[in-house]
Amino acid sequence: MNILVCVKQVPDMAGRFSPNAAGTWYDEAALVFRMNERDENAVEEAVRFKEQLGGTPEVTVLSIGPGRVVETIRKALAMGCDRGVHIDDPLASERDPWQIASMIAGHARGCRYDIIFTGMQSDDRGSAQVGVLTAEMLCVSCVTGVVGFGWQDGAATADRELEGGRRGMTRLKPPMLLTCQQGLNSPRYPTLPNIMKSRKKEISVLLPDEVGLGEPLSSVTGFRHHERQTAGLFLEGDVDDLAGRVATLLDAKRGIFRRGGAV
Amino acid sequence: MKALLVGECRDGRLAGEVAELFGFAAVSGAEASLVLVGNPDGVPAFGGRLYFADAREYGEYNPDVHKRLVMQAVERECPDVVVFLQSSYGWDLAPRLAAAMNVAQVSGVTGIDDGGYAVDSCNGKMRRTVKPLTSSAVLTLQPGAFPAPAEQGVPELIRLDADRSSGIEFLGSSQPETGADLSRASAIVSAGRGVGSEKHVDLVRGLAEALGGEVGASRPVIDAGWLERSRQVGSSGQTVSPALYVACGISGSIQHLAGMKGAGYILAVNTDRDAPIGDVADVFVVADLVQFLPALTARLRVGQ
Ligand SMILES: Cc1cc2nc3c(=O)[nH]c(=O)nc-3n(C[C@H](O)[C@H](O)[C@H](O)COP(=O)(O)OP(=O)(O)OC[C@H]3O[C@@H](n4cnc5c(N)ncnc54)[C@H](O)[C@@H]3O)c2cc1C
Ligand SMILES: Nc1ncnc2c1ncn2[C@@H]1O[C@H](COP(=O)(O)O)[C@@H](O)[C@H]1O
Repeated sequence: MNILVCVKQVPDMAGRFSPNAAGTWYDEAALVFRMNERDENAVEEAVRFKEQLGGTPEVTVLSIGPGRVVETIRKALAMGCDRGVHIDDPLASERDPWQIASMIAGHARGCRYDIIFTGMQSDDRGSAQVGVLTAEMLCVSCVTGVVGFGWQDGAATADRELEGGRRGMTRLKPPMLLTCQQGLNSPRYPTLPNIMKSRKKEISVLLPDEVGLGEPLSSVTGFRHHERQTAGLFLEGDVDDLAGRVATLLDAKRGIFRRGGAV
Repeated sequence: MKALLVGECRDGRLAGEVAELFGFAAVSGAEASLVLVGNPDGVPAFGGRLYFADAREYGEYNPDVHKRLVMQAVERECPDVVVFLQSSYGWDLAPRLAAAMNVAQVSGVTGIDDGGYAVDSCNGKMRRTVKPLTSSAVLTLQPGAFPAPAEQGVPELIRLDADRSSGIEFLGSSQPETGADLSRASAIVSAGRGVGSEKHVDLVRGLAEALGGEVGASRPVIDAGWLERSRQVGSSGQTVSPALYVACGISGSIQHLAGMKGAGYILAVNTDRDAPIGDVADVFVVADLVQFLPALTARLRVGQ
C-alpha cells in the first residue's frame, strides 16, 4: 500500500500582509510560515492509517515551493511520514491551481499511490481546487471535505461535511483521493525522538519540468488589502476604561438584550 | 454573455442560495439557463431553459453522475461561464467540470472587477483579481456576494439523463448533532481560537451568564473539543440571529460570518485591528480578551 500526502506551506494568518511589487501575491518578507492547517489533518490521517495497518503502507509527503518548504516536509516526516518529495519551484506562488495539480499528478502517475490525502483548501489561496483537479487528472475517485475516515476489507468509508452540520457517508475503493477538512482528527505534535529520526529520512528533489508542469489557465492581478467597511465604532485603549464604555453601550440597549438569566 | 447556472438541492429541498446565482447573472448582464438535479416540486421560477434531472433517480449528490449530467447541459448551451455556489456541492463539482471542459476555475467570487473576478485571500484579509485565460470559465460564488433578484416566469424544461455508474457508493446522510439550541437566545457570546486555551472558555461563559445569553463558538474551538459541537456557529454549524452577538477572539472568516451576520448588534473583541470581523461589527474593541472579558463582566454584574 502506497500513500501520498500533499502539504502546502502558508503564512501564519495573524501576520501583516502587504502586496508584492508586481501586485500578484503577498510580500513574504515579514511573514512566518507554517504547514497549512488542513494539510496537518491530512498528514495525521495518513499516519494513523499506516499505524492501523501495522506500519506496512509507505507514506510519502510532497510539497511544491521554494527552499523554505523543506521545513514543512520535515515536520510531516517528524509526524510519521516515511519519505519526502520536494518539487523545487521558486515560482510556485505564481502558479495557478491547475499548474500545481499538474505537477502533483505528474509525480503521482509514476508511483501508483493507492490513497492520496490533500487538504480541502489552503489558508492563503483557498481555492479548494488542487485536490479535486489532481484526482481528475489521475482519473481516480475523489471525496471532498472529509471529516471521517475508516477502512475495512479493502475499502474506505469517507464522511463528507455538508451544510448546517449534516454529513454525507460514502464508500470507495483505491485508487482514491480524499481532501481533508478540519475536525477530521487532532494532529499530533512531533516528539523530540521523532524529530531526530526524521532528520535521517530521505527527501528527493524534483524540478517542475521533470514532473510535467502544465500551462496556466488563469492569472492574478491587483492583490490588495480587503477594503474595510468602517461603519462600526472602533475602541482602543486602557482595558478598564474600555470595559466601562462597552458596558454603558450595552446598558443603553438593556431592553433589547435580556440580562441576568442563567445560561 | 451566456451563463449556465448550476442549482443544488439539500435534503430534498432547493437550496435558498440558488437565487444568488440569478443575482450574478443580473450583475453580469448574462442570459441565464439553469441546470438542476433536484426535486421536481422545488424548481425556481425564471424565464429561461431549465435542464433537469430528478434527484430521486440520480441521488442528491454523486460527483461522477452529476458531472455527466451537467456536462450535457454545457454541451447544449455552450456557455461563457458555468456558475456554482461555493458550497459542499459547488467546491466538489466545479473543479471536475473545469477539468472536463479544460477551462479555468475561479473559486469564491465576491464581485466582477477589471476584466476578472474579485476573490478573497488569506482568511479574508486580502483580495485579488483572478482572470481566466481560457475562453470560458467555471465559477463558484461566495455566499451573500450577489443579492438575489426577484425572478419570475416558467422555465422551459429539458430533461437530462445519464449513465449512473460511479466509483463512489453513497450510504446516506446524517442529521446534525442535537444539543444547545442557539436559535432562540437573545444574546450569544462566542469563543474563537483567540481564547487560546480551554480554561479561557470560562471567561466567555462568564460574560454569557452576565448577559443572560448562550455560549457559542467558532469551529476551531469545537474541533479542539472545548465546547460541544451543537454550539458551533457558521456555515457548517448553526445560523443564529440574536439581538446581541459577542465575538471573542474570532477573526471573522466567511464561513463564520455566514452563521451570525444577521445578529442585531455585533460586538467584537480582538487583538488584531485588521481582523475581518471588523466588516460586520457595530463595536470593535481592540483588546486582549483575557483582560477585557473579566473587566466587562464585572461591570455588567455591578450594573444589575
Ligand atoms: C467548508 C468550511 C466550513 C466551515 N465552517 C465553519 C463554521 O461553521 N464555523 C466557523 O466558525 N468556521 C468554519 N470554518 C472555518 C473557518 O474558515 C475559519 O477557519 C474559522 O472560522 C476560524 O476561527 P477563529 O476565527 O476562531 O480562528 P482564527 O481565524 O485563528 O482567529 C483567531 C482570532 O483571535 C484573535 N486573537 C488571538 N489572541 C487573542 C486575544 N488574546 N484576545 C483577543 N483576540 C485574540 C486573532 O487576532 C484572530 O483574529 C469552515 C471552513 C470551511 C472551509
Ligand atoms: N504548493 C503545494 N504543494 C503541495 N500541495 C499543495 C500545494 N498547493 C496546494 N496543495 C494541496 O492542495 C490543497 C488545496 O489547496 P488550494 O486548492 O490552494 O485551496 C492543499 O490543502 C494542499 O493539500
